[in-house]
Amino acid sequence: MANVTISRPDPDRLLRQLDTQALEQQLSQERLKVFLGYASGVGKSFRMFDEGRRRRERGQDVVVGAVQPNLSPEIESLIRMLEVIPPKKVSGGEAMDVEAILARRPQVCLADGAAYDNPPGSRNPKRWQDILELVSRGIVVITSLNLQHIEERREVVRHITGTEAEETVPLSFLYAANEIVIVDVPPELLLERAGGPDSAEAAEQRRQLSALREQALLLTAEVVDRQLEDYLHAHGIEPLWGTQERILVCLTPGLNAEVMIASARRNAQRFHGEWVVVYVRHSLLSEKDERELQRQAEVARHAGAHVEVLDGDDPVEALMDFARSHRVTQIFVSPRRRRHWWNSVVGGPVDRLIRAAEGMDVRVFPPS
Amino acid sequence: MTDVLPQTRGRLKVYLGYAAGVGKTFQMLADAHELKQRGVDVVIGYLEPHGRKDTIARAEGLELIPRKKVVYRATSFEEMDLEVILQRRPQVCVVDEFAHSNVPGSAHAKRWEDVLTLLDAGIDVLTTLNIQHLESLNDQVWQMSGVRVRETVPDWVMKQADEVVMVDLTPRALLNRLERGVVYPPEKARRALENFFQESTLVALRELALRQTAHEVEIRQVTPPEFEGATDPGAPGEAAAAPTPSGSRDRILVHLTEHPSTAMLIRRGRRVADYLQTECFGVYVLTVSDFAKLPREKREAIERHLNFARNLHLETHVLEGSDVVETLMTFARLHRITQIFVARPQYSRWPAFLGINLVHRIVAEARDMQVTIVAERRRERRN
Repeated sequence: MANVTISRPDPDRLLRQLDTQALEQQLSQERLKVFLGYASGVGKSFRMFDEGRRRRERGQDVVVGAVQPNLSPEIESLIRMLEVIPPKKVSGGEAMDVEAILARRPQVCLADGAAYDNPPGSRNPKRWQDILELVSRGIVVITSLNLQHIEERREVVRHITGTEAEETVPLSFLYAANEIVIVDVPPELLLERAGGPDSAEAAEQRRQLSALREQALLLTAEVVDRQLEDYLHAHGIEPLWGTQERILVCLTPGLNAEVMIASARRNAQRFHGEWVVVYVRHSLLSEKDERELQRQAEVARHAGAHVEVLDGDDPVEALMDFARSHRVTQIFVSPRRRRHWWNSVVGGPVDRLIRAAEGMDVRVFPPS
Repeated sequence: MTDVLPQTRGRLKVYLGYAAGVGKTFQMLADAHELKQRGVDVVIGYLEPHGRKDTIARAEGLELIPRKKVVYRATSFEEMDLEVILQRRPQVCVVDEFAHSNVPGSAHAKRWEDVLTLLDAGIDVLTTLNIQHLESLNDQVWQMSGVRVRETVPDWVMKQADEVVMVDLTPRALLNRLERGVVYPPEKARRALENFFQESTLVALRELALRQTAHEVEIRQVTPPEFEGATDPGAPGEAAAAPTPSGSRDRILVHLTEHPSTAMLIRRGRRVADYLQTECFGVYVLTVSDFAKLPREKREAIERHLNFARNLHLETHVLEGSDVVETLMTFARLHRITQIFVARPQYSRWPAFLGINLVHRIVAEARDMQVTIVAERRRERRN
């Protein structure tokens, strides 16, 4: 037993390694593909085994490494067309037979249900760790996963359904996958119709499924956005567009920070986007101004913002460098109040910012 | 639309994808078969198989309504035969390519108008749409792909859908399909690879489609998620306005001009308003006493923009006033506007020493409102 534990690759290390590989090999190298669903019954396993069948028809060497209990007749007939590596019996339970699969060395292995907990005494405690091991040995793995099993989303799911999954997979597993496919169907198809279609139970079920569905779509978008980021980075592309809203709040002395921060937070939330708060520290800043900026930054942090302090004697330049490299879509600013404060607009920092902010919206807030 | 009782209106389901070839039509036909098996009366009103074997095979066994021949400029075109479908009265009608523009001389200019007619007649419709055909994303899609999509569906039409389902496929799988000649014949495939089908473009479009579907799911939820703005202190101007039913206090005004960037401004304002679930006004200020006195070109551009704004369901107003900024501000205060959307100044035409232009004055005078200077979307960075 002890030997097995020592020789087993560390999953965290595997994840890190895969992450680096992802950057180096960009998107094109096939490794791990995940079919993600928002609830059981959306048809992830079917899609997965059907892809296995099609790949086999195209001449790829495909095996089934793991199946889940209670197979539908449709899935059973798909599996019959494929070679199955039987699971290993371990202390009364079953686990994917990683050794047998490694010995068999297929091109592609189908492993249903990535969140499955292996029985005690297995090679790895979790199926997702088995999967990473296969991937690290050069086997392409296709697997399925439900939103509720993502560790970092358990809280959100519990908020929606009131229950929490015991078996979990870290979000980094999804990031390690270079392909993620969302299996999206209307909640209507999943409703069990407890108490009839118009009952309160059905309405509640529909609400929950719909909320889970939204979360699964957003999670997939996040994973896809990271893939895009990696791709752009690897190709040295600095795009003039953003796929999601990213709001940059610029703190400046004399602005109504509370209002601007609350608004940025609300907008980011409505767009399911991101927001970041910055201020520029430069040599002309008075001590009083700097203290005020620090106070504003505290307000922002309190509201849940990520705050960054930029250095640069040209504040507009520093802001724009940051905005461009972070694919910002909206900049929130406020001109400083003067006696004839609009005089400061023309040719002032806000004006310069508007000129420089190519491809970004600039939202100007009135000074306090 | 209003003369039909709500319970008799058909249900609309949209299969949303991020590119041709992801499997929207295939999925739609699979669902149509399932409906037929359950005893539902399903017909295909229009199918665009693009010569794809899988798709053609999937349509077998479903009743196909023959297309209507329409002759335009001595060329024969085939369109969906709306009249025949209305007479046939199926329970469900499959209509491929929601964004299609009908050939001139058809009953409606757009296929989505045909679909609305079917819905009004109580017929359920299944249809397909790619994300790049959604009107409010037109500028973003152009930036990403270099393609200016001409056939678009206004966002309010999308809102009519009872159900939006994302048909997903990874970009690599799609590129493989394209290379294997599954999606297009070789020559078309080669051209496709040069614009929409670049990997980064596909990934970006896919993200847009996922986010849009999430948005569509969210706005259809029975209980909308708690709107935090309702308890926030509120920005200047926001406090004065009563919350709309959605809880939003934002009210958006889009300043319409004859400048070509106005279309982009309208799309952006519309999109932000949709996400904030708030009202959106489009306002043009007429500085001469009579619209007819404007040069023809300018008049036409303004009419086009007003029309476009109305098509996207902005509440449009033409105001008279010798001072554009003053007139805008008076209107905005009266209508408790919180955000004004203006186009980015045309810097190249305004040497710095000229100083104040329209945007500067609006920013300077909107002391109780926020002013959003909307990005001039372009594909390449200026030097």
